[in-house]
Amino acid sequence: MAKKKTTKKPSGKKRTKKSAASSRKERDAKTAKSLEGLAEGIVKSALSGREPKMDVPTRSAGNTKWNKSKGILQMGSAAQERQLFNMGQARKFMQTLLHGQGISNLIEQEKTLSLRGMYYSGLHTIQGTKEKTFNDQTESDGILEDLEVSIGALREELHVFAKKRGTMVGNITIIDSGDTIDCRRMGSGGYAIPSICEPDVIQFENVEADFVLHVEKDTVWQRFNEDKFWKTHNCILTEGSGQPPRGVRRMLHRLNKEHGLPIICLLDCDPWGHYIYSVIKQGSISLAFESERLAIPEAKFLGIRAKDYEACGLSDDVKIDLNDRDKTRAKQIAEYPWFADRKQWQKEINTMLRNGFKMEVESLITKDISYVTETYVPERLKAEDWIS
Amino acid sequence: MAKKKSKPRATAESMASKQREISVSEFFAKNRHLLGFDNPRKALLTTIKEAVDNALDACEEAEILPDIEVKIEELEAPPSPTKPGRYKVTITDNGPGIVRRQVENIFGKLLYGSKFHRLKMSRGQQGIGISAAGMYGLMTTGKPMVIHTKPNKKKAAHHIELAMDTSKNQPEVTIDVETDDFPETSTGTGTMVAIILEARFQRGKTSVEAYLEQTAIANPHAKITFIPPDKASEDPTLEADEQAPESNGDEESSEIVRTAEYADRIEYPRTIAELPTETEEIKPHPYGVELGNFLRLLKVTDEKQLAGFFKNEFCRVPPSVVKEVTKKASSSKKTITGQTYISTIDNAAAEKLYKALQDSKLRSPPTDCLAPIGVRQMLAGMLKGVQAEFYTASTRNPAVYRGNPFQIEAAVAYGGDLPGDQQARVIRFANRVPLLYQQSACCSFKSVVDTSWRNYNMSQPRGGSPVGPLVIMIHMASVWVPFTSESKEAIADYDEIRKEMKLALQDCGRKLGQYIRRRQKMKREGERRDVFERYIGEISRACNALTGTDTKELYEALMKQAKRRTEIADAQLDEEGKFIKDEHGKLAKEEDVIIVQNGAVANEVQDAAKQEAVAKPSKRSTKKSAKKKVVKKVRKKKTTEKASLFEG
Repeated sequence: MAKKKTTKKPSGKKRTKKSAASSRKERDAKTAKSLEGLAEGIVKSALSGREPKMDVPTRSAGNTKWNKSKGILQMGSAAQERQLFNMGQARKFMQTLLHGQGISNLIEQEKTLSLRGMYYSGLHTIQGTKEKTFNDQTESDGILEDLEVSIGALREELHVFAKKRGTMVGNITIIDSGDTIDCRRMGSGGYAIPSICEPDVIQFENVEADFVLHVEKDTVWQRFNEDKFWKTHNCILTEGSGQPPRGVRRMLHRLNKEHGLPIICLLDCDPWGHYIYSVIKQGSISLAFESERLAIPEAKFLGIRAKDYEACGLSDDVKIDLNDRDKTRAKQIAEYPWFADRKQWQKEINTMLRNGFKMEVESLITKDISYVTETYVPERLKAEDWIS
Repeated sequence: MAKKKSKPRATAESMASKQREISVSEFFAKNRHLLGFDNPRKALLTTIKEAVDNALDACEEAEILPDIEVKIEELEAPPSPTKPGRYKVTITDNGPGIVRRQVENIFGKLLYGSKFHRLKMSRGQQGIGISAAGMYGLMTTGKPMVIHTKPNKKKAAHHIELAMDTSKNQPEVTIDVETDDFPETSTGTGTMVAIILEARFQRGKTSVEAYLEQTAIANPHAKITFIPPDKASEDPTLEADEQAPESNGDEESSEIVRTAEYADRIEYPRTIAELPTETEEIKPHPYGVELGNFLRLLKVTDEKQLAGFFKNEFCRVPPSVVKEVTKKASSSKKTITGQTYISTIDNAAAEKLYKALQDSKLRSPPTDCLAPIGVRQMLAGMLKGVQAEFYTASTRNPAVYRGNPFQIEAAVAYGGDLPGDQQARVIRFANRVPLLYQQSACCSFKSVVDTSWRNYNMSQPRGGSPVGPLVIMIHMASVWVPFTSESKEAIADYDEIRKEMKLALQDCGRKLGQYIRRRQKMKREGERRDVFERYIGEISRACNALTGTDTKELYEALMKQAKRRTEIADAQLDEEGKFIKDEHGKLAKEEDVIIVQNGAVANEVQDAAKQEAVAKPSKRSTKKSAKKKVVKKVRKKKTTEKASLFEG
């Protein structure tokens, strides 16, 4: 991530880059300060003989509030005290500080690390014992999330990124770390959406598309790309490999917020598809503290709809029976407060439950290989037949 | 059938010629298993057991602190693992010795002794043991029993060799001389018995070693030296060096005296320099007398009248009861009173008397006839023989079964080097004699299984004994221990006995449970501190990187806090849970508990150990040859450990 280079590189977009760089510097300084503050508090209590502790906001369903007027999920105010002199928390306390130190290092060196990289950077054997500082990456990931919420900084601001997932193609040009990328010329593979999509890394340029079509997975995305759907319908085509990672969500959010592009989702007709939509629209429980920057309340759910089995005249073969887990999950989703007062959604979920089966987007292939790109989606778009 | 025809029919006369008295010795020669000589291995154990029991009984009666040496020499190794070898067993004591004219009777006659005819708590009961052992030796090897005895310290010892004529139950003296060759004992008197017999020497659960070890536990006042065959030929000259720690009588430090294994012997040291209380002989209690016995007593008594008979042949039959009983036994034909002459009582009347007596309300028999081992002594014994960290013991009050007074004691040793994944070891005693066989048939074992050890934080499979690092000792003291067979291997299962045993075990169990809980608590606190200390280094370094605070300063501040916090936690536990504090103080102060931590011990049992530390070792060694030899490192070498008082 040659950030320094970007500033030096002569380019027509000098101004935006400069401001991006300075805003990053500012942000880094702020993050470093928060980290220092965290450690400072501990040092102070330690030296004065008081109990060293820190507050970690709770990331749980219980502490997630549904903000109806904004249409997003937000994190509540509940926080847990993390104490050194507590058997259950001592280890986590140590790990939090260890990662705090690691991040401050990253900021200083102006580098970024993956979640896995962070795990290794904090990993060592504690002196005089056989105990490792982290048992596995899961433990380390959890600590990073704790750190994010406790100092109120985003993962991007901590210079940490996740494994990238998700692809994009369409009528748009973007500048990624100074490189101009024309998403119209990405061949069959598409542009891999990076984990960090903050304005200082990615700037949009030449946004011609009218909307974004987000599909659930890579296989469906391939179909649309091969048929050059984005060309014929002047749109951007994205996919998130299932539950979309933060990078994809941030990208969609920015396209929606900065360029007013509607986000239209084509997902499976099953509880998991429904929940993917819910995360894109309102935000997730575990990242509720970032909803303001990730959630897209205007996102639309195009399909697959429960009615499509009859509406499209699909054969019995595409039915996949709902198992008990699916049914439980579907009912759970229907009861989420942000679904509870949506008549359309209650109807949708009920229809699916009544059907007793789920359907994948690929089931439309039984009609014709390009049925989904040539008939299904264009017709629905035209009729504005979606729910939200 | 053919034979029968050719022979003249047996007549009463011809049969009578074949009928003759069977001597007791003949009977037992044929039925040796009844006395515990079923196989060569057991024969060796029984021989030693009988001799040691006799020696201990004799010493105690003469109020001598017993010094006993058991030596086994291998004369011929077993030719194959299934066949017996030939061994010479020598048991030496420092007892009062035996007067010359009694030697034949004691060692050469079965059923001769002082113990059968009285109700008194003693180790042997029937008086068949040692002579049966001699007879077994004679039968298997043809060698007579050799007895050295010195009843008078100023006179020479007797050397007598005895063979036994089994058909006559009569001893036959083959050699009878006076000799000066008698080992020096602490008292100047003593007895040494040597028997050569066919046997097999083995180690393990039912071995001589196990028997002696357990005897030492139940008899902490005795010093027992054991020289097994593989040590019999070892050079004893270096024992003085080895004994050094024992005789270092440092007044300030109390030491745990433990069983020690040397190159040439195993020594079970004396840890209590105090003899068991002398027990009183008692008359039978009517409830424990059966009708046949009652009739016999009526016949053999020297008393002329019933009043005297009841008064002198029984205990706890006051005149009021005599009056009541005689009245009940009276009929219209004959009036019976205390003044009635015994000679006029016929069987029917005797039976009536007996029934009336059984129905009458009698006080329990006196209990001064019992000498329990005692809590202090049991603890000393366990401390010597079992390497554990927690010891507790309990002595119940005397109780009565079938008119016989008895007393139950139990002790428990826990933790330390004991194996944690096995069932608890149960060691059983009757009148201080270890019971090695038929564990599952024994009332004491059943009572262990009956007790629910889970209440005391031990694991226990359903219907089994507890599992864990535990040794359980049960002792029954009684004037008449009800064994299930003549070989005295298991205590019969009387409800009264089992109940007492359970109560004693529960008493020990409660203390054990308290200790285990306390230890768990302490362990948790220790772990807590460990955890904090482990992370403090990491935290100080991270904070140093983030804020620039001095790592060492921060580390020390946090360490100080960690120490204080775990201390505070200790204190809080004490204050909040009075339970803990009380328990802590109580357990450590109690007299029936010993806690050993890193070789440190709590309480006064050590006084005895100290006294003993001063006691001089036997001088026997000086007589033996004085060749120098390198001290062998031995398997179980456990000398003494340093100990300090555990502050309550």
